[in-house]
Amino acid sequence: MAIMKGEKNKTTILDWFASGIGQILISLFVPVLTFLILWQGFIFLRDANAPKLVIVLVAVVWGVGGVALLYYVSNWLVEKTTRIWVHRLQPFVFVGPAIALLAWFLAIPTIRTLYLSFMDANSRNFVGLDNYIFAFTDRIMLEAFRNNLLWMIFGTGFSVGLGLLIAVLADRSRFEKIYKAIIFMPMAISFVGAGVIWKFMYTYKGEGIGVVEIGLLNAIVIALGGKPQPWLTAAPWNNFFLIVIMVWLQTGYAMVILSSAIKAIPAELLEAARVDGANEFQVFFKIMIPAIQGTLLSVITTIVIFSLKLFDIVRVMTGGNNGTNVIANEFYIQRFTYGNAGRASAIAVVLLIAVIPVIIYNLRQFRERRAF
Amino acid sequence: MAAKSASPRNRKSSGFWIYFVLIVICIIWLIPTVGVFITSFREPQDIYGSGWWTIFPHQGWTKESEILVDANIDVDQPFQIQGITTTFTELRKGVQLPDGRQLTWVGNKRSRLVEVETYGWIGFDINLTLENYRDVLSGGTVQYVDASGNQIQRQGNDLGTAFLNSIAVAVPATIIPILIAAFAAYGFAWMNFAGRKFLFTIVVGLIVVPLQIALVPVLQDFTALNLNGSYLAMWLAHTGFGLPLAIYLLYNYIGELPRDILESAFIDGASHFTIFIQLILPLAVPALASFAIFQFLWVWNDYLVALIFLGDQNRVVTMALAAMVGEKGQDWHLLTSGAFISMILPLTVFFALQRYFVRGLTAGSVKG
Repeated sequence: MAIMKGEKNKTTILDWFASGIGQILISLFVPVLTFLILWQGFIFLRDANAPKLVIVLVAVVWGVGGVALLYYVSNWLVEKTTRIWVHRLQPFVFVGPAIALLAWFLAIPTIRTLYLSFMDANSRNFVGLDNYIFAFTDRIMLEAFRNNLLWMIFGTGFSVGLGLLIAVLADRSRFEKIYKAIIFMPMAISFVGAGVIWKFMYTYKGEGIGVVEIGLLNAIVIALGGKPQPWLTAAPWNNFFLIVIMVWLQTGYAMVILSSAIKAIPAELLEAARVDGANEFQVFFKIMIPAIQGTLLSVITTIVIFSLKLFDIVRVMTGGNNGTNVIANEFYIQRFTYGNAGRASAIAVVLLIAVIPVIIYNLRQFRERRAF
Repeated sequence: MAAKSASPRNRKSSGFWIYFVLIVICIIWLIPTVGVFITSFREPQDIYGSGWWTIFPHQGWTKESEILVDANIDVDQPFQIQGITTTFTELRKGVQLPDGRQLTWVGNKRSRLVEVETYGWIGFDINLTLENYRDVLSGGTVQYVDASGNQIQRQGNDLGTAFLNSIAVAVPATIIPILIAAFAAYGFAWMNFAGRKFLFTIVVGLIVVPLQIALVPVLQDFTALNLNGSYLAMWLAHTGFGLPLAIYLLYNYIGELPRDILESAFIDGASHFTIFIQLILPLAVPALASFAIFQFLWVWNDYLVALIFLGDQNRVVTMALAAMVGEKGQDWHLLTSGAFISMILPLTVFFALQRYFVRGLTAGSVKG
């Protein structure tokens, strides 16, 4: 019995030892294998000459599968350790990748851009505030600031105003869903696509015999007895024709959000006001608007930020020429046309500074709303 | 109150003005897209010769017959034709005949071609084609006839390949950030670790940061790693830029799942990983779906990030389309069909899953 017991102990220790080494070997082998598989996928995608469809399929499977595999393997490794270490390490398996990516793509670049904004075009020499002096005094930048202001005031004003009007009217009509779907539809269209759509609306062929205007806007002007116009070249009005595109794209957003806020107003509240003899305008301005104030503010903020960063529409429609430049387009031009990383960075910092109040507001809202 | 059942919600108005305003706005909203849609199916020659609205019944001049002006006649002087005396310049604009018909000179002076036209109703002018789509999808040389009858040759834009590139960019760039954000949201909501509160505050702070702030340094990194132009670069960039909002939205949802579910799973000995995969992910499907649509539309429609990190390699539809606007700004048969190809997938996703999308929008705040 005693011998048996001793032998049993010995084997368990041996077993434990063997399995311990085995465990360690497997723990090393699995990550290495994972890495090799992912690396092979990377090499294939980089060098392969396969048909495009095959490459696309491999890319999708490799990308999505790779991320899932990385989570699985790292968690598997962590769960091989002792209970205490699982408790300590597992949160980093869950949160770590997200934090790493946020650090790489947003947090650290913010600091690096700040640093670059004090450097020259090639990021070699320190130039002090020169880039900021450019950003706030150069004629081109001042024009861009003016235009962004136009976008912010008129773009936001019309988007929110129209969105609110449609939300209120649709709420009292039949077939509400159809109207809303139509107004909302442009949200699914890219700015580049919207650019093509509106460029076609604004097409101008010039004057001459036998010239047929194929742009709807000019055709309407001619039908009303006017002369066709090159809508996108005459400053400063061309800015407004570009802003129309943004209104077309963003009204749906404002409408959807405001509509759900309006629907959340208690029906009794509106009814009580009507019983007390308020007319529809009074109901709208004295009851509805105060009731949806918070939502209205956040919609306005969202669209103001959108118009501040606006880039694609201007890039595609005019390239920023003819007095239509905006800040984000000047950022692009400085970095990619003139290769001036310093000025581009300073412009990006200016954009960041402009949204800081919103960041602070968001953080405050977040703190107030819940005990984290 | 007499009518108890008539809450303002159910009391649909029959006011004329409400419907009038709504319908006018809806028509204005639809017309630009409809115009592009119709144009994309018209023959190039027709597109340059008449507005897209002429395919609908309207009144106008139609050709009845053609007259070839005699070679002896000096068209620089006033001359006789069909019993009237007129000049070349007037004929270019169109000259009324006493019987109400019209004479129009076609082409330049040397063509000597005059059309006799009658005024009247023109029905549906259905002369439609799919060739524009074939041409814009192809990568080879394409040919078409312009308004003056000239043969034009163009390099195709290979939108077919661009479409595949867009899929290769957009599908992983939608799923990867959702997966990473869901793990992170679970971690923030249900796990304890040092710096949890601080890190989440940073996530919230980053939601509205304009992505221009990151482009210059990240481009430096990608150049150093030789990643520019690869799908991987696009996935990483879109994941990085999309994560703050994704984590925030999913945190709001996952954090509010009932605690009991998790606790009973713990008692049964399940690990965090198992609970997350088997319990939380399936429960969070509505939130995952609404963010997925949001992110998919964002990535598919993105132009700036693609412009900077992809360059001309593997270019996506938005880039191909923007390049067409620059190179062939007047080739409307290609531009309109190209625009529609770029819109078809997002519009389908959007209308199929509109409900989830709206839910995501109303739950979220602002994206950077």
